[in-house]
Amino acid sequence: MIKQHMVSLTRSALFILIAVFLASYSMAAQQMNKPSPDCAFTTLDGAPAQGLHAFQGEVVYVDFWASWCPPCVKSFSFLNQLEHEFKAQGLRIIGVNLDEKKADAQAFLDKYPVEFDIVADQTKQCAQNFAVIAMPSSYLIDRKGNVRYIHQGFRQGETEQLRLMVQQFLTEQP
Amino acid sequence: MFIMSAGLPGCVNVPVWERGNLAKPHMALDPYPLQSAVRSHNYNSREAAASTHSGDGGGGCGCY
Repeated sequence: MIKQHMVSLTRSALFILIAVFLASYSMAAQQMNKPSPDCAFTTLDGAPAQGLHAFQGEVVYVDFWASWCPPCVKSFSFLNQLEHEFKAQGLRIIGVNLDEKKADAQAFLDKYPVEFDIVADQTKQCAQNFAVIAMPSSYLIDRKGNVRYIHQGFRQGETEQLRLMVQQFLTEQP
Repeated sequence: MFIMSAGLPGCVNVPVWERGNLAKPHMALDPYPLQSAVRSHNYNSREAAASTHSGDGGGGCGCY
């Protein structure tokens, strides 16, 4: 009897997991190959910063991060490298901070200095428009302003794929 | 099952940007994963039980 209940519970849990996975997958798929949503950013201090559509004509790497996210630490050294290598060719990296306390973000940046642009999404509207469901989440936007590649999480083995995508989009002309 | 499913509407999806507190180490189900792994390995080795924590299933000797 108990075993039957366990099987039934396991099945239900599995079903919910699959449903959540499919929902998140389809949310990400909706963004692909479509114009990126515009975002109103501020600096970490709260001063207005350039919105996302101000960078049309450049390849934009939007990275949503937070100070409490361990993979974000690893991704930052990779993003610094990308900035070094491809900035001159038209790559713009924007680190969108989603911390609830700005002091946390500032402490994080003091510890792990960055060379790319850092902005804050104070209303979290940008994260909602991009349907961010993982931390970090990266969106590669081509020169025409279309979302061409979505990447969730950050693992060392995936850097080469990301670098190739960036290189490919940089060679395309609007 | 019915009673459990009645509680499901109470579940909410916490947006990823509100998970700062949930991400803290002491919020984990197992706050000491390394210690638990070692204890589990030791226990399963002594019990001579097949387990994912003891590669050879253990010989009852408690050895690693």
